[in-house]
This record gives sequence, structure tokens and C-alpha cells, in this order.
Amino acid sequence: MTDKQLSALKNRVAVTAAWIIALVYFFPLFWMVLTSFKTEAQAIALPPLVFFEPTLDNYFLIQERSGYAAYAWNSVVVSVGGTALSMLIAIPSAYAMAFNPGRWTKDILMWMLSTKMLPAVGVLMPIYIISLRSGFYDTKILLVIIYALINLPIIMLILFNYFREIPKEILEASRMDGTSTYNEITQIVMPLAWGGIASTALLSIVLCWNEAFWSIVLTTTDAATLTALVASYSNPEGLFWAKVSAVSTLACAPIVVFGWLCQKQLVQGLTFGAVK
Amino acid sequence: MASVTIRNLVKSYGNVQVMHGVDLDIEDGEFVVFVGPSGCGKSTLLRMIAGLEDISSGTVAIGDGVVNDVAPSKRGVAMVFQTYALYPHMTVYKNMAFGLKQAKTPEEEIDRRVRSAAEVLQINDYLDRSPRNLSGGQRQRVAIGRAIVRDPEVFLFDEPLSNLDAALRVQTRLEIARLHQRLDATMIYVTHDQVEAMTLADKIVVLRAGRVEQVGSPIDLYERPANAFVAQFIGSPKMNFFESNDLAPSAASNAPRQLSAGDVMGLRPEHMEVCAADQAVVQGNLELVEQLGEYALVHLKSEKGTEFIVKMDKPPTASKGDLISFNADHSLYHYFDKETEQRHT
Repeated sequence: MTDKQLSALKNRVAVTAAWIIALVYFFPLFWMVLTSFKTEAQAIALPPLVFFEPTLDNYFLIQERSGYAAYAWNSVVVSVGGTALSMLIAIPSAYAMAFNPGRWTKDILMWMLSTKMLPAVGVLMPIYIISLRSGFYDTKILLVIIYALINLPIIMLILFNYFREIPKEILEASRMDGTSTYNEITQIVMPLAWGGIASTALLSIVLCWNEAFWSIVLTTTDAATLTALVASYSNPEGLFWAKVSAVSTLACAPIVVFGWLCQKQLVQGLTFGAVK
Repeated sequence: MASVTIRNLVKSYGNVQVMHGVDLDIEDGEFVVFVGPSGCGKSTLLRMIAGLEDISSGTVAIGDGVVNDVAPSKRGVAMVFQTYALYPHMTVYKNMAFGLKQAKTPEEEIDRRVRSAAEVLQINDYLDRSPRNLSGGQRQRVAIGRAIVRDPEVFLFDEPLSNLDAALRVQTRLEIARLHQRLDATMIYVTHDQVEAMTLADKIVVLRAGRVEQVGSPIDLYERPANAFVAQFIGSPKMNFFESNDLAPSAASNAPRQLSAGDVMGLRPEHMEVCAADQAVVQGNLELVEQLGEYALVHLKSEKGTEFIVKMDKPPTASKGDLISFNADHSLYHYFDKETEQRHT
């Protein structure tokens, strides 16, 4: 086999592998959407049904029983709110770390990231009790704060990397021009890192939207998000697959559409600003 | 316009001292060039004057006041960066206006200053373009324009030409010289290019490893280098050095003085002249001739193996390996101590 043929073969194997992995990831979503259009009997039929007469009953039932809009609104509010709050903290912090690094800057970053390795359940009780006693239990404000805090380390790391790509001389030039720190951030750093900031914010929104643990634990009705709604459909009487699928589809749909529209920026954000 | 006075300036990073007590007087309206090999501290010194680098000890005074603790923008200095450092997201006009805006200058005044600077630099046609749509030379002009509009007392240039191609470098060098004449401002210019230093400077400051080696006019440095380092740094091709055992047998009677074993003798390539063997101070075997049209650079090797270069109007008729004899006018010999590198007067 010549080198050319070999590399063509390698290429084909890689493409095939990529497709297989993509299908493995896609299949559960596909099956979920499919199941949401079945009756409960069809949903548990063996062998599984691929062709059947679709029904929208599950969707109507969910809307009737729970009211989708309120949960969706909560998800939007806490995702956008949590993202806004964390960006508000992360942008000046990342600016300070990127442009005035001290001896411990790297260690501080690593330490912040290490909090992501902490199992959330480890701090469940204190946070639960604090939220109850402070009267913030089941409020959107609580989720906004929690989401902002849990995403803060990763957002700071990404922004830090984006900011460091801004040539130092440009900031020095602005210092020579007499820019205040506030103007330096808003008129120089933010416009220059705008792509990075936008993609980081998008990533944060997705992370908040998909967060389930804290929303299930810290909300009941008033502030419950779509992830809490999904969880509420697994009840002691047993799983109703078709309904769970329908509610999951409803929970996923907005963020999938959102992600699809912002694909380019998201990929940029996930590569941590390494690829331009 | 203002003078710059530097006293015992020290810069340390942690335990590492990179600037060892520099003293320097720059007069009002002077064009001073800091020159030296990379890592000699010339940029650090400039940045300390600019206020971009903290001062570990010592003082920098601009005009009458010490500016150690004054913000860069309040020092009355403007800097032109090697990488231009234009704001990529702003038009040329906004780049130039930015500093004035920060200082809350009235709009009409900003407009007047930007347009007059653009006029001087001939960039009025590009004011609405963004930097990415400009060539390197144009960007450099914008960077200079950004400095001019601030009407600084002292201009600081940090290797402004090193990102330009050779032809543009010569042209821009001339423009900077003209700008100095026109504005009559104090200018401090950092370069590692000794040609830039020689052509632009009223005064050259040669730095090495955080110390000032010599301060003087270009011609001073060329004619009376204070030490071996300056002698070799100023002038191109660099000065040839010979030790006592490199010299021709007849050297004792032909050179202006005896060369002891602890000293070196320096002769510039352009000062050496072909002579008869009995008149020789230095002799070498022809190795290679570089013909540059206007002149030829002749590479030779002494008996002992020391390589040296002679600049000749016409290439020699001799062929490779032939022994050629050289001497020079007595005023053109330089003698340095081998150990301390200091010049013998």
C-alpha cells in the first residue's frame, strides 16, 4: 500500500469513527423525541416500535398538568441572570489576572477550578439550610446566585485565556493615553475580546439551562426550572416513558435550537480561545 | 518641551538587578538614541521614563519635576511602540483622538489636532479606515500621529522601524528626522540598529547589560569610543581588533605606539590602507572579497589566524591566499586595555 492510499484509509477510518460516535450521541435524543409521540403502551412495547401513528396527547397532558410556560420562563430567567451575574464578576477579575498577574495568579486560578472537582452533594446540606433560613428557598434569586457561583471558575478561566491574547502593548498604549481602569475594560478589553466574551456567555447559558441538581433540591414550585419539571415526572407510581420523553423534549428543545443558532460562537468558546 | 534627568536609576525584578544605577541628562529638544544589543536594558530604560515600568530606586525627572510616581499619561510623554499597538477596533481618526478624549478635550480641539497631525503625516485620506486595512508604513504613521496629537514634551520611540521592510525603514527614518526638526521636541529613541542611531541622534547612549557604556555625539562615539565594546558596536563593518602577536614585524616602527601584550589595537575597516610590506602594521592573507559595487569588503586572516575586514574602494588585484600589507593614518589607531576594555588615551 502506498503512503497515499494509507492516508486515505486512515482518513476513512477516522470519518467512520466520527460518524459512529455522533450516532451514539444522537440516538438517545432521537429515541426520546420519537417516544414522546407514542402512547404509554407503544412506549414500552417490545420489540420497540419505530413506525407508529404519532400522537400529541403527551404534550397536551403536560401543558394541562404542569403549565410549561412558567417553568420555561424560570429557566430563561435563572440562565440569563446567572450568566449576567457571573460575567459581571468574571470580566473584571479575569482582566486583573490577565494583565496584572501576581506570583500566585496561576495557583489562584487552579484553586478556583479545583472547586469544580468538589462533589456538589458535599455542600448540599449547608446550602439547603442556609437557603431555608434566609428565606431564599425556591426563589429565582437563589438559583441565579448559585448558578453564577458554580460557573464562575470555568468562565473566569476561559475569559482569562481570551484576555491574554490581547497584545500587552495595546493596553500600555491606552495607559499612555490616560485611560481609567473602567474605560480600559469597557473601551479596549471588552471590544477586543467581544467574540470570546459572547461565546463564554453562551456557554454559561447552556450550562445553567441544563443544571438539574440544585434546581431540583432548592426549588419546589415558584422557581422550578425545566430540569426540575422533568424530574417531577419520575414518580413513585412508576415511570411514564412517553410523558417523560415529551417533557424532556420540551426541556431540551429551546436550548438545542439556541445552541444550533450559536454553534460557531459556542465551539470557539469551548476551545478556550486557543483556536482563532 | 522639556529636559529629562535620570539619576542613579535602578531596576530589579525580584533579586535580579537589570539596571545598575544609570545617570543621564537629556536636554530640551535633543534627539537621544539608546542603542545596544538585545537585553541591554534600553527598552526597559525607555519604559521607565514612560512610566510603564516601575522604578526600583533612583529618580526620573521630566522638566523640573520628579515623575517617579506620576501616571504615564500625566508625564507629558507619548510613546510609539514597535508593534504600533493601534486599537484594532477603532478607525485611524478614533485611534488618534482616543487619548484626547480620555483627557476630556473639547471635540473641536480634538478634531483640529487630529486633522493637523494627519496633515503632517499625510494620512488624511485614511482617517476613516481601520488599522487592519493599512500597510505597515501607514500604521506606523498612525502610531506617530497618535503621539503627535497629544502634543507631548517628550516623544518616546521603542524600535519604531524594526517591523518595516528595508526601503520603508530608510524613508520613515528620514521622516522621523524631519519631524524632529519641525516639532523641535525632545525625542528619545530606542534601537539596536547603529545606522539608525548614527543618522538620527544628536546624542547616542550606548548601553550594555544595564549600564551606560558611553554617551556622546555620533561622531564622538565613532572617533573616540570609550571602550572596546562601543568601538565594535558603532561602525559597520565593525572595528578590527589586533593583539600584539597579530602585528607585522615592521609594526613597531610604523604604528603610532608599541602594543603591549595586555592591550588590543583597533582599526576600522574603512581606515585601513594597502601599503608596501616594509610600511605594514598588519598583514593578512586574502580569504574572500565581497563586491558591493560602490566598495568592496575584503576578508583577510592574519598569520596567527585572526580574521579582519578591510573596506576598499576597488577590489584588490591579489588572489586568494596572497599576503597583503596594511597601515593607517596615525590618528586612526585605537588602543584598549584587554582586561578592562577601557580606551588608552
